[in-house]
Amino acid sequence: MSSPQQLLLERDKRINDAVALKKPDRVPIACLWDFFPAKWKGVTARDVMYDHQLMFDTWAECMQHFEPDTVDNPYPLRGFGPVIDILDFQHLKWAGHGLDDNVSYQFVELEVMQPEEYDHFLFDMSDFMVRRFWPRVYKAFAPLENLPPLNSVISYFWGIHNAVCLLTPEMESVRTAMIEAGKASAEVLKWTAAYGKKMAELGFPSSYGGFSQVPFDTLGDFFRGTKGIMMDLYRRPDKVMAACEKLLPIMIDTAIASTKRTGVKRVFVPLHKGLDTFMSPQQFDRFYWPHMKELLLTFIREGITPWVLAEGVCTNRLESFRDVPPGKVIYHFELTDIFHAKKVMRDRCCVRGNVPMSLLTVGTPEDVKAYCKKLIDVCGADGGFILDAAAPLSDARPENVQAMFDITKEYGVYS
Amino acid sequence: MQDLVNAVVDMREEDALSLTKKYAEEGVPPLEIMNAYKEALSIIGKRFEDGIYFVPELILSGEMMKAASELIKPLMAGGEHGEEGKKIGRFLLGTVEGDIHDIGKDMVHMLMEINGFDVRDLGVDVPAQRFCDEYEDFQPDIVGLSGLLTLSYDSMKAVVEGLKKIGARDKVKVIIGGGQLDEHACKYVEADAWVVDAVTGVKYALQWMEGRA
Repeated sequence: MSSPQQLLLERDKRINDAVALKKPDRVPIACLWDFFPAKWKGVTARDVMYDHQLMFDTWAECMQHFEPDTVDNPYPLRGFGPVIDILDFQHLKWAGHGLDDNVSYQFVELEVMQPEEYDHFLFDMSDFMVRRFWPRVYKAFAPLENLPPLNSVISYFWGIHNAVCLLTPEMESVRTAMIEAGKASAEVLKWTAAYGKKMAELGFPSSYGGFSQVPFDTLGDFFRGTKGIMMDLYRRPDKVMAACEKLLPIMIDTAIASTKRTGVKRVFVPLHKGLDTFMSPQQFDRFYWPHMKELLLTFIREGITPWVLAEGVCTNRLESFRDVPPGKVIYHFELTDIFHAKKVMRDRCCVRGNVPMSLLTVGTPEDVKAYCKKLIDVCGADGGFILDAAAPLSDARPENVQAMFDITKEYGVYS
Repeated sequence: MQDLVNAVVDMREEDALSLTKKYAEEGVPPLEIMNAYKEALSIIGKRFEDGIYFVPELILSGEMMKAASELIKPLMAGGEHGEEGKKIGRFLLGTVEGDIHDIGKDMVHMLMEINGFDVRDLGVDVPAQRFCDEYEDFQPDIVGLSGLLTLSYDSMKAVVEGLKKIGARDKVKVIIGGGQLDEHACKYVEADAWVVDAVTGVKYALQWMEGRA
């Protein structure tokens, strides 16, 4: 029996071998757990979003049960209930805030940035963020809308008295919210670190240490909304392009900083709006792929492995996707025909996925095992493959998740 | 009005709007103008099926149509409203309980209306009971259930169960739409069809109505 320290190295090597298109000792398996551990343990999403200790115990128990090859830290993206409460966050609905206690949080489509605000965004993004974006997305910061432009404070006769704006009762409430949110975040970060340490002690490497997005997705998801950015492709394509250019270094720098902080050199990059049906090949080639490619190549140059979650169907994007150095990128497919994708990617990129969510949610363990066997036989044949669900586990049936792990560990061993 | 049809099909938004204004000012009957839009939208739908057009074009053409109908509505006499009111079927639509996603649902709403359906849209996070109550009131030919998340499977199933309970299941077609749907989910929900895009959903609806006629 290996020690946790050995297990940590073995598991990390298993993943790294697959990324490098080599055959590990067996097919690696890992998941995006979402709120599955809560469901598995019989506690609610709401409970764990607010109770850090409960989340810690539940997740640690669940990981020790399933023993995946990497684990994701639940705190940064799940354990933030108190923080988003204080900020009165508008981009999500979550358990107890518009959704039932047992339901995963859901993204709310908002057109936070109006079409005529592109110029403000492009001229001075930070000013736009503080005085327009924050007040709309974090309602606790709504009074910041009344601040004078940040760039108007220059010298003794230019803006030196602007601080008077901070004295109103509304600004007092903003300051309080900032401090309280900061304290709540400090708690979350404390638990994040503790969980990471515990997982390492148990022999589980982290699945990723940073997060990034293709600029077009960031612009669409958070600023313009899906409908807004789709119409912008026709109404103001140059502004879309300029905004994406502006966002690109931010998407790169924040992720690199995060991998340095966490020491985990894998970055998770989910794709939202570059999918086959969401834009034409011409639109993809102009607005999506150039920035995506630069993002991936920069990470690779920094020694970071991008783990790209290609949501939806991306069959028509595979030729572009493979235009990266060999053995450096993980492509995780959701609904793309992964068997075809493996053929296209065989000599270039590690393929990850894609047990259908329908099978995991309403299928039987036999269905799941049959699909996993096919994945191992076809996609896993000569390495370069990580077995995973098609998407975050969320409502999967525990017995089906069990079947997925069991078959991979039994049947996925390379001779 | 081929020039108007072409402008819409080619996504020339400004041209489409100015041509719409021009024809309205020249006294072309509003219904004829709207028919040009319908013709354009059906070409756009075909192009979506053929993989030439994608979501941006569906969204933009929906916006063009909306702008045109806002421009023209004040010109419509009561009689024309009546004529426009000749619908080919009734379609009850909503995103099921627990799910708040609406982009797909809204596209279906727009396309079903253009294709001549009387659409009642219940919005998002709609409980099964509400679908059943609205069924009784609206007597739809088709019920469309939208959901992006896997939790929607159970909510969709609950609607089908509810329809069975009120003796309506064999009188109505149920179609489910969303990114996580496939034949396994459809079988579980006991729906008549599943789709992952709006255009295919409309095709099913039109086929079913033809079958009834």
